[in-house]
Amino acid sequence: MLVDVRIKRFRPEQDAQPRWAAYRVEAEPTDRVLDALNTVKWRHDGSLAFRRSCAHGICGSDAMMINGRNRLACKVLIRDLRPPIVIEPMRGFPVAKDLIVDMDGFFAKYRSVKPYLITEEPAPQAERPQSPEQRERFEDTTKCILCGACTTSCPSFWANREYLGPAAIVQAHRFLFDSRDHGAAERLPVLNERSGVWRCRTIFNCTEACPRGINVTKAIGEVKKLLLRQSVK
Amino acid sequence: MWYRGGVGQWSWILHRVTGVGVLVFLCLHILDTFLIILGPEQYNHIIALYRVPLFRVMEVGLFASVLFHALNGVRIILIDFWVDLTRFQRRLFYAEVACFVVVMIPVAYLMLRPVFGW
Repeated sequence: MLVDVRIKRFRPEQDAQPRWAAYRVEAEPTDRVLDALNTVKWRHDGSLAFRRSCAHGICGSDAMMINGRNRLACKVLIRDLRPPIVIEPMRGFPVAKDLIVDMDGFFAKYRSVKPYLITEEPAPQAERPQSPEQRERFEDTTKCILCGACTTSCPSFWANREYLGPAAIVQAHRFLFDSRDHGAAERLPVLNERSGVWRCRTIFNCTEACPRGINVTKAIGEVKKLLLRQSVK
Repeated sequence: MWYRGGVGQWSWILHRVTGVGVLVFLCLHILDTFLIILGPEQYNHIIALYRVPLFRVMEVGLFASVLFHALNGVRIILIDFWVDLTRFQRRLFYAEVACFVVVMIPVAYLMLRPVFGW
């Protein structure tokens, strides 16, 4: 079947403003949006730029706004969308070219919450044991693939680009609630800043945008409560 | 800046709009009370504006704004303090809308009855 695809394009070398481009591509209903994008690039206009890597919902490269919602192009089937398929880059990041956004700021915030194990305990002979319950405590936030869909669906982030954003808070949560980690004293001040968790207004766009099904709002809420308990102590 | 968010996004926008609406009314109210310095007659003349039917309809809007803002605020507080409720956020919003409608119908009727002679 033929599918109409509208793509918000921006070529920095020649465009002052983004512009819309329309394509009619051959696709199966069971094809993914990524397949349609590949068809545009391979058969219609080779200058179209977008990121993709694994193409199976694991690497998080092809997050973009599809019909008004942040999705991974490799996880959305064409039959599940109402035509025309409208594709835009994620909101809130500077656009480098077409659907490719500059994620430097996103990863700087990710690094600011120190997303790695912090512990003074000496490395044991084998592993650091953990009970299933202790592991379950942060299971949900281990699923993050850093695609940026949550952060760029968040009105608080659109309004203030200084805001850490849901993704960085999810990463902080993953370590804050890990029984093996002792880095809370280093992470919590970053999360407690004006640009930290308190900019969250419990809007739930992040949770609905997450292609991994993480309950992002709950994770942010748990970090908020942790900060509250720390300050009450 | 169009984004197809869920009920959370729309309730947040309504929360902002009703909050600003109530704030504007509050400023207006402070102003009209302040006009007492012009003397009793002038004050009565200005306050009589509130008796105009259009104002009564707007007062229903004011009540609706306060009610929505309050109910939505309670929903957000509940979710923020009992984070497991995040799973039921949509149902909580629908419950909030149901409470809103149940309260609004009799209040709107009682407030508008004198204006429309019901």
